Amino acid sequence: MGLKDKLHDFKVKNKNKKWLPAFSAIHTFLFLPDETTHGGTHIKAADDLKRTMNTVILAMIPCLIFGMFNAGYQHHLALGDIQAASSGFFSSEFWTLDNLTVGLWKILPLVIISYGVGLGIEFLFAILKGHEVEEGYLVTGMLVPLIVPVDIPLWMLAVAVAFGVVIGKEVFGGTGMNILNPALTIRAFLFFAYPTWMSGDKVWVHGAVARDKAIAAGQNLDAISGETILGTLAQGKDVAYSAADMFLGFIPGSVGETSALLILLGGLFLIFTKIGSWRIMLSSVIGAVVMGVIFNQIATAGIVTESSKFYGLMSAPFWEHLIIGGFAFGTVFMATDPVTASQTTRGKWIYGFLVGFISILIRVFNPAYPEGVMLAILLMNVFAPTIDHYVVQGNVKRRLKRVKVKTA
Amino acid sequence: MSKDIRIKKGLDIKLIGEADKTVEQAVVSNYITIRPEDFHGVIPKLIAKEGSSVEAGGYLFYDKSNEDIKFVSPVSGKVIEIVRGPKRRIDAIKIEADKAQAFKDYGKLDVSKANAEEVKAHLLDSGCWPFVKQRPYDVIAKPEKSPKAIFISGYASAPLAADLDFTLKGKEAELQAAVSALGKLTEGQVHVSVGKNSNSPLASLSGVTVHKVSGPHPSGNVGTLINKVDPVNKGEVVWTVNAQDLVIIGELLLTGKFNAERIVALVGSSVKKPRYFKTLIGSEVATMIYDNGVEKDANDRIISGNVLSGKQVKPDGALDYYSNVISVIPEGDDYEFFGWTKPVFDKISVSRALTFSWLNPKKKYDLNTNTNGEHRAFVTTGTYEEVFPLDIYPMQVLKACLYKDLDEMEALGMYEVAPEDFALTEFVCVSKQPHQKIIREGLDLMLKEIG
Repeated sequence: MGLKDKLHDFKVKNKNKKWLPAFSAIHTFLFLPDETTHGGTHIKAADDLKRTMNTVILAMIPCLIFGMFNAGYQHHLALGDIQAASSGFFSSEFWTLDNLTVGLWKILPLVIISYGVGLGIEFLFAILKGHEVEEGYLVTGMLVPLIVPVDIPLWMLAVAVAFGVVIGKEVFGGTGMNILNPALTIRAFLFFAYPTWMSGDKVWVHGAVARDKAIAAGQNLDAISGETILGTLAQGKDVAYSAADMFLGFIPGSVGETSALLILLGGLFLIFTKIGSWRIMLSSVIGAVVMGVIFNQIATAGIVTESSKFYGLMSAPFWEHLIIGGFAFGTVFMATDPVTASQTTRGKWIYGFLVGFISILIRVFNPAYPEGVMLAILLMNVFAPTIDHYVVQGNVKRRLKRVKVKTA
Repeated sequence: MSKDIRIKKGLDIKLIGEADKTVEQAVVSNYITIRPEDFHGVIPKLIAKEGSSVEAGGYLFYDKSNEDIKFVSPVSGKVIEIVRGPKRRIDAIKIEADKAQAFKDYGKLDVSKANAEEVKAHLLDSGCWPFVKQRPYDVIAKPEKSPKAIFISGYASAPLAADLDFTLKGKEAELQAAVSALGKLTEGQVHVSVGKNSNSPLASLSGVTVHKVSGPHPSGNVGTLINKVDPVNKGEVVWTVNAQDLVIIGELLLTGKFNAERIVALVGSSVKKPRYFKTLIGSEVATMIYDNGVEKDANDRIISGNVLSGKQVKPDGALDYYSNVISVIPEGDDYEFFGWTKPVFDKISVSRALTFSWLNPKKKYDLNTNTNGEHRAFVTTGTYEEVFPLDIYPMQVLKACLYKDLDEMEALGMYEVAPEDFALTEFVCVSKQPHQKIIREGLDLMLKEIG
C-alpha cells in the first residue's frame, strides 16, 4: 500500500477527530485532494489558493537569497573585511560563501520563527473553529522576515507575529476577512513597540548593535554605522552609494527590500502569471513619481531651502525614491495583497496611486523615521473598502439611471 | 434588422468529445421520468395518480401556486411510480411508455389570427408554458405579467454544447410559428441571437430582432444577450425560451400535438463516439450512452446538460426537461502528488501560475471532476471580471447574496442574472466557491421576500 492510500485511510478513519484540519493541512500539501465537484460546475480550473500563494512565494525567493548574501556583505563591509562590490550585479565581493554563511545564520532563524509561530497559530485556530487551515499565512510568513532589520531579536519577532496573526487576521475571521495586511500589521507592531530595534543607524547591519554594546563596555573599537540611504538623506548628508548600488541592492536596509532589480523581476513574474495586480503596481509607481516630482519642484524653486530639515529628502531626484527604502518591495508584494487592496478595477488604480503618493509624502515629512511605505499601505488598506464603495456605487447609479430614462 | 454584439470578456473551455454532426434515433426508452426539481420553485400538485394512464401531452401535474401552469407527459403510457422524498415531496414521476403512442390533440392554432389571450391560454393549456422562463429569478414565467421583451439565444457557446444551427435545421416552420406566437405576448420585441458566422435557421425568421454575437463563452448565454440589449430593471420582466424548445411549441401550434422529441448531443471525453440522438424529454440516459459510448463500469460522471451548469444523473437517470446535451466526463476522485505546486499542462487555467494552458489556446482538454483544490474564503480579485461580460460586479453580488442584504442585491443587479451567468466565474474561482448555488439561493430569497 502506497503512501497515498495510507494517508487516505488515515483520513477516513479519523474523520470526526477535532485535530483533523491539522492533518489535512499536511495531507493536502503532499497531495491535491480527491475532492470532486458537486452541485455547481462539474469541472474546475487548475488554480487553487495554494498555487496562487505559492506563486507569490516563488517571486520572493530571489529577494530572500539576495538578502542573505547582502546581510553578510554589509556585515563584512562594515567590519572592513572586504572591498565594496565593484563589478555590477555579479561582483565577486558580494556572492561569497562567507557572506552567505552570515546571512543563513541570521535570516533562516527569522524565517523559521515567522513560519513556526504564524502557522502554529493558524493550525490552532483551524482546530478550534473546525475549519481547514487556509493558505494566507504562507505568503505572510515569507514577507515578514524580508521586511525586518536583520538583527531583530527573535523573541520580538515571535511576539509580533503572534500579535499580527491573532489581532490582524484571526479576530476578523481568518484568511480573506482581514482589513489590514497581516505582514505589515506585524511590522507596525514591531515599529511602535520596539522602535529602537526598527529604526536608527544601528539596526540595518548585522553586528552594529553588538559592537555598540562592546564600545559602551569600554572596549576600544570603531563603531559600525549602517545607516539607510533614507536616513542619510533625512539628515541632509551626502549619500555614499551610487544609483547602481541602490538599484542592484548593495545597500543597508530590511532583509529583502534592498534589491530593486530582483523586486522588479519578481513583480514582472507576478504580472505575467496574472497573480499580482499590474494596475496597483503601475499606479503606485505613478503616484510616487508624481509626489517625487512635486517635491523636486519645491526644492528647485527654492521654497524649501537647504536649511530646512526636509531639504535632503525633497531634493533627492524623484526616481531615486523608487529604488531606495521599502518602496519597491511594498508596492510589488504588499500593496497588491488582494484581500486588503481595493477589489474593483477602477478602485485599484486609485488605491495604488494613493499608496505611492502617500508613501513618498510620509517618507519626506516623517520626522522620526524617514520611511512611509508601511504606513501608507496600512492607511490605504483602511480606505480601500471606501474606494470600492464609491466605485461600485457608480455601477449602482448607472442601473438606477436606466430606470429613470425609461420612466421619464 | 440585425445588430452585432461582440463579447471580449469570457472563456472558451475547449474539451475533448465534441459531437459529430450525425443524428441517430435513440433506442425508445421504456420509462420516462419527469422530475419536478427541473422546474425551480414549482410545487407540484398531481393530476395523474399512480396507476393511471396518460396520453402524450396529457396532464401530469400543475403548479400549486398557479393552477394554469400545467405539466404534461412526453409519452403516452401508464404512471407506474411517484417517487417521493422527505415530507412526501414529489421527486419524480415515472411513466411506462406504451408501445403505440397516442397524442392528446390540442387543436391547431392559427397564430396570425389569434390574439395574445388566446395564444397564452393555448400554451398554458397544452403544457408548453414551462418552456417559457422569466427573469428576474430564473423561474417559469408568471403568465399574468407581460414581459417587456422576449429573448432567445440561438448560439450555444458553452463547452461541448449542441450546435443549434445543426439541431434546428429544417425546423423553420415550427420556429416561425413559435416566435410569432411569442411575439404576441410582449409589447416589446423578440430578440434572437445567432452566431456571427453561422447559418442559423433563426436568422431568417420574421417578426424578430436578430443579433449576431461573437466572442468567447458566455457570448451565447441568454443572460449576456439580455444584458447587452435591454437589461432587466426593477419591476420589469423579460422572458426567455431555449431555442430547441421553440420547436416543440411550434409543432404544437401547427399540429396540435405535444411532441417532446428533441435532438440531444452526447458529448464528453468518456464517450467513444460523440454524436447526436433524436430522443424524448425524460428518456433514460442509458438508452443513449452505452452503444459506442461509455464503458459500463467506468468511473465516469454523467451530466444532463453541459459541464458547467448541468445536473449529475445516474445511468438510469433521465434527460432533464430543458437540456439538449448529455455530457460524460471522468470522475476525478483521486489524489495528485504535489498537484498544487507542480507545473500543469493538462488542465485549463486563466492564470499562468505554472499553468501552461495559455501556451496553446486551441488545445482541447480532457478535464475530470476534481475540484483542483479546496473550498476557501474569497481571496483573489479581478479574476472573475475577466470572464464575466455583464455590467455587474460579480464578487460584490456574490457577497451580497452570502450576507443576504436584499437592498444591496437589488442595487447590484440581481434582477438581471441567472445562476448560469456565474458558471464561468465558478469555474475559474481560486477559492472554489459555489457561485451558481450562491446566486440561486440569493434569487430564491429575493423571490420569497420581494416577489
